[in-house]
Amino acid sequence: MAHEHDHDHDHSELTETQLRVRALETVLTEKGYVDPAALDLLIETYEKKVGPRNGAQVVAKAWADPAYRVRLFKDATPAIAELGYAGRHGEHIVALENTPKRHNMVVCTLCSCYPWPVLGLPPVWYKSAPYRARAVSDPRGVLKDFGVTLPQDTEIRVWDSTSEIRYLVVPMRPDGTQGWSEDKLAELVTRDSMIGTGLPKSPKDLAK
Amino acid sequence: MQLRTRALETILLEKGYIDPAALDVLIETYEKKIGPRNGAKVVAKAWTDSQYRQWLFTDGTAAIESLGFSGRSGNHLVALENTPAVHNMVVCTLCSCYPWAVLGLPPVWYKSAPYRSRTIADPRGVLRDFGVKLPKDTEIHVWDSTSELRYLVVPMRPVATEGWSEEQLAELVTRDSMIGTGLAKSPMDVK
Amino acid sequence: MNGAHDMGGMHGFGPVRPEPDEPVFHAEWEKRALALTLAMAMPGGWNIDASRFARENRDPAEYLAMSYYQIWFAGLETLLKERDLVTDDEIVVGHGLHPPKPVKRTLSPDDVLKVLHRGRPTERDTNTKAAFKAGDKVRAKNINPVTHTRLPRYVRGHVGVIERVIGCHVFPDSNATGAGENPQWLYTVRFGGRELWGLDGDPTSAVSVDAWEPYLEPAR
Repeated sequence: MAHEHDHDHDHSELTETQLRVRALETVLTEKGYVDPAALDLLIETYEKKVGPRNGAQVVAKAWADPAYRVRLFKDATPAIAELGYAGRHGEHIVALENTPKRHNMVVCTLCSCYPWPVLGLPPVWYKSAPYRARAVSDPRGVLKDFGVTLPQDTEIRVWDSTSEIRYLVVPMRPDGTQGWSEDKLAELVTRDSMIGTGLPKSPKDLAK
Repeated sequence: MQLRTRALETILLEKGYIDPAALDVLIETYEKKIGPRNGAKVVAKAWTDSQYRQWLFTDGTAAIESLGFSGRSGNHLVALENTPAVHNMVVCTLCSCYPWAVLGLPPVWYKSAPYRSRTIADPRGVLRDFGVKLPKDTEIHVWDSTSELRYLVVPMRPVATEGWSEEQLAELVTRDSMIGTGLAKSPMDVK
Repeated sequence: MNGAHDMGGMHGFGPVRPEPDEPVFHAEWEKRALALTLAMAMPGGWNIDASRFARENRDPAEYLAMSYYQIWFAGLETLLKERDLVTDDEIVVGHGLHPPKPVKRTLSPDDVLKVLHRGRPTERDTNTKAAFKAGDKVRAKNINPVTHTRLPRYVRGHVGVIERVIGCHVFPDSNATGAGENPQWLYTVRFGGRELWGLDGDPTSAVSVDAWEPYLEPAR
């Protein structure tokens, strides 16, 4: 039985985990191995500061700025660092170009490798067994779970993140966005479109 | 699980799908009547009767049926001969297929993940778990029961048993020796 | 190792179920578990490959029943106990009972952002030449180590094409056991859907994995 969220456990099991984590934090703090202020800062960084809005800016820039697009696909790590995004679990990023002929999807079958600096922490579904097991063997089926249907002749390329290379999908720019500013374009870029399990929003979706 | 089983049994009986007397016979048969003593008789006969032994290895189903053992999970039996050169082990990696007609119901370890996952990859390691060590040059054949064929290992006859009766010999044949995770007892073990 | 974590191609897990407007953390303890894991990497002295092995090296039934952060936390406990930084009785009681082991460094709050921003690149210089080039046909070896590897079972024995020569990177199979970084050439290898899954595979899909040279052999 695969558990995805802790509120699915019965109450006693949840409390036990909570207590164990708290106990370990106390022990590690008492021994001077960790500083509680550092812990709080780590949490704040990944809860509030680093997230998919970073990647959306990268994608929007690639849409609006042809020279940046070239740099991004040539060597994504420094191109992304131009926007100030870099670091842990993003030391080696490769940008993947979606085209009408090819759709890219990213997975980590073995654990949960994900490009933190541009997308933040991965969602639960990305780290869970259904996605990890099926993305490589039935990508169209997985896309159906996300409500996405692609033409039969679109090639689907699944990238299993088995090394420290991290993948960022650059979705296709939606129609009807000529002349849009980068900030406005960024609003169309969803997190799932940068993983490859979704498509960007259309101008109509924003108007809603 | 007790409550769920009882609940389902009640429903199936109420709907008349099954007869409670039939359930009782089924349970008694596999708890008390059919077990490894059947297979032990087969092995003991093969040790003493060379014609039977030949028949057993060419047509296991018929040879075993001739002793009165047949039926469910015994319709297609193959006997496997242990020799100094080859040691046989039987597993069902996919579920728990087992020669019920001659061995009864399988033990928990046979149906569990450690045995099912390791036997085909590390048979010597599994034998170690059973305290069995074979010579390095003995080849180990593992048989994964993926079809309706069921396998019965015929262990080697222990030394110093010349002239023993079939009944005496049958006492040396352990269940594990007929699965391949053990060896037959020696005369010293039964004294 | 051939553990439950190596689940590419497994059946039975059901559909993918995204949670709408999912919060980053589902419980307070998840935040602490993440932070503790990140903060202990420095004083703990383990590398990411060892930490991945610590997570995946458990009974498949347990692994599959645990939530993501439960796995992280179990991995952290394993690493700490293996290195005698914390003992079981201390975790039970929730207090240090034995004197702390001296550690090289701890993560100070002032260093957090810098350390995160710097990350831990795995590319290394090398004098060796890459054995393969883009376009080469290769076969993923049928290796079955009981220790850490990043070659998933679903590609082993299958033939793919070198898509890209990435560079020379720390080799997880060595690094996880403490045998050293042993950097190896790393490639992106593409496998066709039919090659991987036979007639049940989707001929319009392909899977790429990043594979180190020791995982690969030439194929015709």
